[in-house]
Amino acid sequence: MSELKLMKGNEALAEAAIRAGVDAYFGYPITPQSEVIEYLMTERPEKRTGMIVLQAESEIAAINMVYGAASTGKRAMTSSSSPGISLKLEGISYLAGAELPAVIVNVVRGGPGLGTIQPSQADYFQSVKGGGHGDYKLYVLAPASVQEMADFVEDAFDIAFKYRAPVLILSDGLIGQMMEKVMLKDQKERMTNEAIIKKYGDWATTGKTDRERNIITSLYLQPEKMEAKVRKLMKKYEQMENEDLRFEKINCEDADYLIVAYGSSARIAQKTVELAREKGIKVGLLRPITLFPFPKQQLLDLSNQVKGILSVELNAGQMVEDVKLAVEHKVPVEHFGRTGGIIHTPEEILEALEEKIIKNEHARHHKI
Amino acid sequence: MTEEIIIAGFGGQGVLSMGKILAYSGIMQDQEVSWMPSYGPEMRGGTANVTVILSDDRISSPYLKVFDTAIILNQQSMDKFEESVKPGGILIYDPNGISHHPTRTDIKIFKIEGTKLASEMGNKKIFNMVILGGFLKVKPIVKLENVIEGLKKSLSERYHHLIPLNKDAITMGMNRVTPYKIEAKAY
Repeated sequence: MSELKLMKGNEALAEAAIRAGVDAYFGYPITPQSEVIEYLMTERPEKRTGMIVLQAESEIAAINMVYGAASTGKRAMTSSSSPGISLKLEGISYLAGAELPAVIVNVVRGGPGLGTIQPSQADYFQSVKGGGHGDYKLYVLAPASVQEMADFVEDAFDIAFKYRAPVLILSDGLIGQMMEKVMLKDQKERMTNEAIIKKYGDWATTGKTDRERNIITSLYLQPEKMEAKVRKLMKKYEQMENEDLRFEKINCEDADYLIVAYGSSARIAQKTVELAREKGIKVGLLRPITLFPFPKQQLLDLSNQVKGILSVELNAGQMVEDVKLAVEHKVPVEHFGRTGGIIHTPEEILEALEEKIIKNEHARHHKI
Repeated sequence: MTEEIIIAGFGGQGVLSMGKILAYSGIMQDQEVSWMPSYGPEMRGGTANVTVILSDDRISSPYLKVFDTAIILNQQSMDKFEESVKPGGILIYDPNGISHHPTRTDIKIFKIEGTKLASEMGNKKIFNMVILGGFLKVKPIVKLENVIEGLKKSLSERYHHLIPLNKDAITMGMNRVTPYKIEAKAY
């Protein structure tokens, strides 16, 4: 039965995992993500659906448990926060190489190093530019509300199995720790082996009976085979770009200026759009919901309409590089963001927009 | 209607749970709500604050710089958040432990002796409900019956026998909140 609740983002994600019929969660506690494993442990999902929840001895153990479970065709996931995700990167690269479907959740905190436990979006590069070694990408979903923390679990598994590829849910301390209303979906049955094979094909190591053996590996010593594998992966990523790009446009129709922001920054920037419009400045917001694939064409289209773009991120300037690549120098693109766990306010973003984009735009016109 | 509130005080005063009950009360009357805590290295005795927003529309930023109402429960929070009240907004505070009282003249200020009243009622833990009562008297944004429903939702069932006591505390707060007049400085 669907149910309306007030929950933290982390709790909503954990509850949604149980309801989505996930088979296994392996994790290790770290702030600001610990509520995920705390909630799962308290809920005893092994009694509700048979889902396995295990606290591993380390983040590295947890991601390799995911690799093992995913190899058998099961729906397996893990979650952590930034330093823990760094530890998991080797395993994530292996998942991509072995073409295994799995879901990884990063509730980002400030870095580098042990950093701070406060919210941050400084793991953008790590998430969309590989992170681990080799030619691979992750499909990256960036939730901006508690509702999306819940909804994206099932979405992530659907994508992971559609492409046989690891999917990352890139959240942060703000979305993980805040409480909002969330509509939880009905409980789904965990999928049987037969159902998985019927829906996604017979690739998993489910125990060899009367078929050819299925091999799960990321080791290809023959260069031609390795290159063929890389080409196959690239084809998948191209298909993701064509079929599974997600974004949201807010007040873009008549916008003179554009803010690009995802996750928590998108929520804060939405208030900036309201404040700007009260002052008579027509600002729109483009929120990438997937960070890979990235809404390149949408940005290029908007660059024909707006006079300048501000990329707002809780970091020192990462996504701004992709925005610049997308708009091909058609309009000025600047970055604004606080770091160290400090969260920018809607007013601060508006000031930055006026200072970095609008003022310069006027100055340029004056020169001409 | 949108009401943007900051509740700030010491950890252990029930700041976060008061915010949670308020948020649940909003849900009970079909509003959108958000509850954004400070989750730093706060602990009992340290500072704790939470931003709560109740709105009839979709809530944009859960994190704010300025507020319609600030509920302030210790001196550090007074120092930090008195300036964050929007002009024409409301500041409610418990004078217990406050050495520098608020000075702004462009906002409405109310005082409630939450610490004293809770202790008179014989249970210091209901302090936050006394304060909540004071707030609801000044800004009746949620109905008392919805607060009681909110309490039922946010308290686990083994504490439901305490709901009448919480209701009394809210009523006490409603009856005892008073406007605060800034006294002219004597030189």
